[in-house]
Amino acid sequence: MNVRQVSYVPDAGHSALIRLCDADPEIQSVSLTTEEEGVAMSAGAWLGGQRAALLLQSSGVGNCINMLSLQQETRMPLFMIVTMRGEWGEFNPWQIAMGKSTQSVLEDSGVYVYRADTADDVVANVAAGARFAYQTGRSVAVLIGQRVIGTKNFNK
Amino acid sequence: MTKPNLPMLDRRQVVKRLLRDRGDALAVASLGNPTFDLASAGDSAQNFYLWGAMGGALMVGLGLAQAQPAKRVIVFAGDGEMMMGLGSLGTVAAHGAGNLSVVVIDNELYAETGMQPGHTGRGVDIAGVAAACGFPTAITVRTEEELEKSVDAIMHGTGPVLVTIKVANEPQTVSLPPRDGPYLRSRFREALLGTDAHA
Repeated sequence: MNVRQVSYVPDAGHSALIRLCDADPEIQSVSLTTEEEGVAMSAGAWLGGQRAALLLQSSGVGNCINMLSLQQETRMPLFMIVTMRGEWGEFNPWQIAMGKSTQSVLEDSGVYVYRADTADDVVANVAAGARFAYQTGRSVAVLIGQRVIGTKNFNK
Repeated sequence: MTKPNLPMLDRRQVVKRLLRDRGDALAVASLGNPTFDLASAGDSAQNFYLWGAMGGALMVGLGLAQAQPAKRVIVFAGDGEMMMGLGSLGTVAAHGAGNLSVVVIDNELYAETGMQPGHTGRGVDIAGVAAACGFPTAITVRTEEELEKSVDAIMHGTGPVLVTIKVANEPQTVSLPPRDGPYLRSRFREALLGTDAHA
């Protein structure tokens, strides 16, 4: 896929991928203070001739809304992998609001959404979503369902 | 501490002066006046104008600088823009970007929206924040002499470099560059990447 820049606000569901990116000498791996920084960085990478990917949790999608206009208005690709919270088996009520609106907020902002609710879907949707984004100059988010990642429960 | 003199520098002249020595540097400008400053200094395929995406200018610069490590990348940002993207100073400092400079054109106002006061006129020191984040060079410029001294750091200093330039608030002629996004994107990429821009 030749992705050379990966930015992220950490989520437990992305931790293995973040470790792999941090360790890959071919990838510039950048931790962010807030997710919209990664939207802007992805645009800069594309302007400079490189493909980027942004890893975030569903709660971070809300932080990105205005910045998504950058790729939308310039028709540059944006590829996001979003781990979902606030749905299957969630224990934290504060995650519900953004979890509920993640997909509609993205779609209202012009982003094409692919949902993965099984481990097999993740591989297929990431490959197809990335190809779609980079080849057509569109914004794509692959949502990875909470059922795939597993739920946290501090109360047991 | 003595109160600093009122800023006298003319923003259009400042940007024009800096770009006189740009060589093959790539420039990104934040929305509003910094985009007009950059266009006024001379439109070029090596310029990328943001007409929106407020708060993202420095991060566009980081992505570009990482993709093009052999080229200087200069981001022109307003003070309101930089305050909105303040966290990106931390991100850029933490990850390093030896070829990245940010020039904050600081009029201490939201000029575009009716001259409302901004934080930098109320004591917030953006260069101080950048220095605390770990920028190896983070300075504030108020005079022609200081501007001349800052040119070398902006064009060649080990980045990330931040220079805040205090500018006067006189009315400026509006200089509008193209604003069609796909055009600006393709023009920039083609100048930089040649036919690979369309691969």
